[in-house]
Amino acid sequence: MIELQDVYKVYDGSTRALNGVSLKIEDGEFVFVVGPSGSGKSTLIKLLAAELTPSEGKVIVNGFDVGQIKRRDIPYLRRTIGVVYQDFRLIDNKTVYENVAFVMRAVGAPARIIKKRVPYVLELVGLKNKSRRLPHQLSGGEQQRVAIARALVNNPDVIIADEPTGNLDPMRSVELMTLLEKINGLGTTVLVVTHERELVNQLEKRVIAIERGVVISDRTGGYYLDEK
Amino acid sequence: MRNRRKSKPDIAYFFKEGISGIRLHGLMSFAAVTVIAACLLIISTFALVAYNIDVLIDGLASQNEIAVFVDETLSREEAQALADSLASVPNVSSVTFIPKEEAFENYLDMLGEDAYVMEDLREDNPLRDEYRVVMTDVARHDETVEAIKEVTGVAATNSEKEISDRLIQMKNIVNAVSYALMALLGAVSVFIISNTVRLAMFARREEISIMKMVGATDGFIRAPFVIEGAVLGLLSGVFAFLAEWGVYDYIATKLVESSGIFDMVAFAAVWKGLLPVMIGVGVVIGILGSVLTIRKFLKV
Repeated sequence: MIELQDVYKVYDGSTRALNGVSLKIEDGEFVFVVGPSGSGKSTLIKLLAAELTPSEGKVIVNGFDVGQIKRRDIPYLRRTIGVVYQDFRLIDNKTVYENVAFVMRAVGAPARIIKKRVPYVLELVGLKNKSRRLPHQLSGGEQQRVAIARALVNNPDVIIADEPTGNLDPMRSVELMTLLEKINGLGTTVLVVTHERELVNQLEKRVIAIERGVVISDRTGGYYLDEK
Repeated sequence: MRNRRKSKPDIAYFFKEGISGIRLHGLMSFAAVTVIAACLLIISTFALVAYNIDVLIDGLASQNEIAVFVDETLSREEAQALADSLASVPNVSSVTFIPKEEAFENYLDMLGEDAYVMEDLREDNPLRDEYRVVMTDVARHDETVEAIKEVTGVAATNSEKEISDRLIQMKNIVNAVSYALMALLGAVSVFIISNTVRLAMFARREEISIMKMVGATDGFIRAPFVIEGAVLGLLSGVFAFLAEWGVYDYIATKLVESSGIFDMVAFAAVWKGLLPVMIGVGVVIGILGSVLTIRKFLKV
């Protein structure tokens, strides 16, 4: 579960990225967070991943209080969330399989579990037969699915996708959303951060709209409000 | 607080990653090992010199003999008559007269093959008659020497203790230089390891940032790099030891033994103590160098 209570984030004492945001996302939800560039979306993701701490207010992620968390506990918070980055951030000289397996090793998973889990996750994202390829031998959509597999493989409670369709054509975007819905169907909370209205409007999901650091709209089956 | 399982350390993985870091930057690793081995070689050479002086001093300090030289204006009879006066000095247990002819022959014997250079002086012996005076208590050396010098007809005294006092001064200088070198070269070595590991971390910065994002602990991220530093330090220690073996044996055989001035402790007697210390110091330098680098890296 994710909960923000009246959260402010001020950079360098003056730049206000978040200006009193409160929201609550229950386990198993599928939520869009939308808003124009500079609205505070990236700050929100960084707060959830404990890359930043709130200037004011409370950020609770799967039972961890980001404002109070000890440095040595941050890894355990991060194991409860899987982030899919806009630029994928795959390791170029590792195969698809290795890119996914290495994040399991990084959290100390035993080898025999890794051997079972990685093929399962690669099958889930439809890349089972490309596990030996290197990232540059894949299309943009395929690379993204590797990134999703990697976010998913440690079985997090929440998947956060940052502008996942930024590098995809409309066809691939629809496929991606289908995949994210499938993952959501398996019980994982999905949080998609985007500024693409078509994508959001196609799916009747909960939409949280942020602008200038405040939540301007939060409703299920909502649409992207890019015009006043 | 789900998923809060303790990471099981996978030692084989840490070693595989650590060694691959060394191989990936083979030339840099080789250069680092070479320089650190050179530093360790210099430090250990100084330490061994100090150790040898120590052994020498211990040997000399336990000698209870004093050479007493007779004033050359005294006749042989007068010189021999000194024996009673010397024997009556407190703490003297025995007195042996060595005429200057005998002393000269002893000197030629000591020179061995090179004796011919002194052969011409046989007729015009530059040496003096002397006494070998043995003390009862070595601890009372200084007062005994003073008392002997008071005896009329005694020109000079010479004892191993006086040599050992000079050696102690020398050892103090060697020690001071050793400590300064240790500090300086130790710092250089840590810096070199730190740079090598920094290169390895830089090549892996993407991996590291992803590992951090998926919840790898700092310890897990650090381990391969610490192992890399430790292995580099270990290799340096081993190479420095082997080089020291060669250098030491060379000095012991070629320089010291052939000149016949004094004996050095055999390498066979010191290597068992030296090897673990050199490897230990190498590993500590390696770990220190990498830990200092990683700490900076992980903060970002």
